[in-house]
Amino acid sequence: MNIVKPKTLFDKVWERHIVSEEADSPTILYIDLHLIHEVTSPQAFSGLRQREMKVRRPDKTLGVMDHSTPTISLLESDIIDNMSKIQMDQMAINCKEFGIKLYEFGSPDNGIVHVVAPEKGVSQPGMTIVCGDSHTSTHGAFGALAFGIGTSEVEHVLGSQCLLQYKPKSYEVRVDGKLKKGVTAKDIILTVIAKIGTGGGTGHVFEFTGSAIRSLSMEERMTICNMSIEGGARAGMVAPDETTFEYLKGKEFSPKGEEWETAVENWKSLTTDEGAIYDAQLILNAEDIEPMVTYGTNPGMGIQITESIPYLISIADPDSKVSTEKALDYMGISPGKKIMGHPIDVVFLGSCTNSRISDLRQAAEILKDRKVADSVRMLVVPGSQLIKKQAEAEGLDIIFKAAGAEWREAGCSMCLAMNGDQLSPGQYAVSTSNRNFEGRQGKGGRTFLASPLTAAASAIAGKVADARGYL
Amino acid sequence: MNNFNTITSKVIPLPRNNIDTDQIIPARYLKATDKVSVAEGLFADWRFYPDGSPNQEFIINQKIYQNAEILLAGDNFGCGSSREHAPWAITGNGIKAVISTSFADIFKNNALKNNLLPITVDPEIHKSLLDLSEEAPEANISIDLETQKVFLPAGQEFDFQIDPFAKKCLLNGVDQLGYILSFEANIAEYEKTRKSVIIQ
Repeated sequence: MNIVKPKTLFDKVWERHIVSEEADSPTILYIDLHLIHEVTSPQAFSGLRQREMKVRRPDKTLGVMDHSTPTISLLESDIIDNMSKIQMDQMAINCKEFGIKLYEFGSPDNGIVHVVAPEKGVSQPGMTIVCGDSHTSTHGAFGALAFGIGTSEVEHVLGSQCLLQYKPKSYEVRVDGKLKKGVTAKDIILTVIAKIGTGGGTGHVFEFTGSAIRSLSMEERMTICNMSIEGGARAGMVAPDETTFEYLKGKEFSPKGEEWETAVENWKSLTTDEGAIYDAQLILNAEDIEPMVTYGTNPGMGIQITESIPYLISIADPDSKVSTEKALDYMGISPGKKIMGHPIDVVFLGSCTNSRISDLRQAAEILKDRKVADSVRMLVVPGSQLIKKQAEAEGLDIIFKAAGAEWREAGCSMCLAMNGDQLSPGQYAVSTSNRNFEGRQGKGGRTFLASPLTAAASAIAGKVADARGYL
Repeated sequence: MNNFNTITSKVIPLPRNNIDTDQIIPARYLKATDKVSVAEGLFADWRFYPDGSPNQEFIINQKIYQNAEILLAGDNFGCGSSREHAPWAITGNGIKAVISTSFADIFKNNALKNNLLPITVDPEIHKSLLDLSEEAPEANISIDLETQKVFLPAGQEFDFQIDPFAKKCLLNGVDQLGYILSFEANIAEYEKTRKSVIIQ
């Protein structure tokens, strides 16, 4: 009898991309799709020039401009400084010289790299996808193996379409059951990270499974996979299913006609086999998940919105205690206090985590016929220019503007504060982005990470608020 | 890539857990198109006051550590963004090795491609190094990559692990892209079997 060892989804995608394996050396792994942006690619192109090399597969490479671009307008005069302008110009020069398709600043197709590639149908099941950006894990929502790389590796992929990689371990994150009203995909992933910590998934690839994950839309799956890296896992995956195929059908770069049928047949094999064993596992019940807010300076420092900031005495590990103490000091908050009701100055609705049309719709539903508190500045930054157009077609921009929020052009914006959108020292923000690190959203700025629902409710209340009172 | 020699240096203690890449180098320092000028951004929000003057309290600014080459950091060092600017900024300030109880995956990868040696130690050794840096801040330790050993002043020593390929690359200055391209025949063969999206 021929017994085939059951495989995980991750095993299957990995094995299909092995070019060569040598003893005592990393695997040479083939990359199907390479996404590039202006901040982490210039030094890689310089390296290619020094070597007098071409880009091996410009047809498997796609560029956008997102990190440095202003969102206040599409005018070049609003680019924050000369260095950013030079970096963006260099991106255009590099893509032109090496024959790479680029959605540049001002293009109707530009936007955040992890929003643009999926909406164009470029990110597809079973692919290996890399980008010089840690949130490349987003594309795992399609059942792709997608992870962030450094600039040296960007150069490797440009030059060879391959990477040197050791196979990570597998980690099942299973969420069974049905989410309660007012609880979102963002709350699932913030719960996972609060449970395992920011290093909990190091060395692993997550696969998100279970009935709660199955019932999520592609956009919600992207939110979850996006933040895999905040749990330490370079990649997160969801096995493709009808939801995936439905999303991809008819997209610009999706296969068409007969090729579509063949592709779907192939994609259907991308599931974890019955009996496959993961190296690690976390099981959650969707019913136990509540809206989450972070209180500290890493995404693992999250609590349910009705909870209080933990007492230091409850932390056993001395190093963690010191780190938490420093975090609370930076955040200017005290143990034992409720997070709900904490005054805020800014609400940021955007980023590769939560800037898609469904995120904007959720926030708009709460903001409709309501006003952002006078003390709060709210920025709504769509993830791509196409999403912006869609939102305007639905009249969402009118709702945001009538509520007193700023309606922006697409880009990374205040998620990483290198483009003009940023917090002032000491300001508090509720942000739908992915990182609450010290100074991440502006030097001295203090971030509470939460879902678009919580962000919208907090904007109205002028303080951290539970959206369930507004639904 | 330079060959990697033995390091002998004082140890700069920075025992915070989860030092993320936004702390190592804030995003506003990522606008460079070269690798050298990012050095000024290292720990910028800790190293400098808002007016740009150096914070003398911050450990790396202390005179005793001026030429130190070894950083002792807390758990999960380098979590967050994939920016290779982090190891560029660290090595740009003369640091050649970071010791921690664990490293984030992408940071570790990036470090090894930039002649920066990440050494993972268990919590007891971490504690003894921290104690040493407090009790005898002037003391040097030595790291020998060839034998994978760290030597402490009192004659103590411990071994560390590193994957053999990364070690070979550091010691011999292997060009990793060149190494991949030596498999050109395999890559070309593989490409014949692949059919996937073409972006043009």
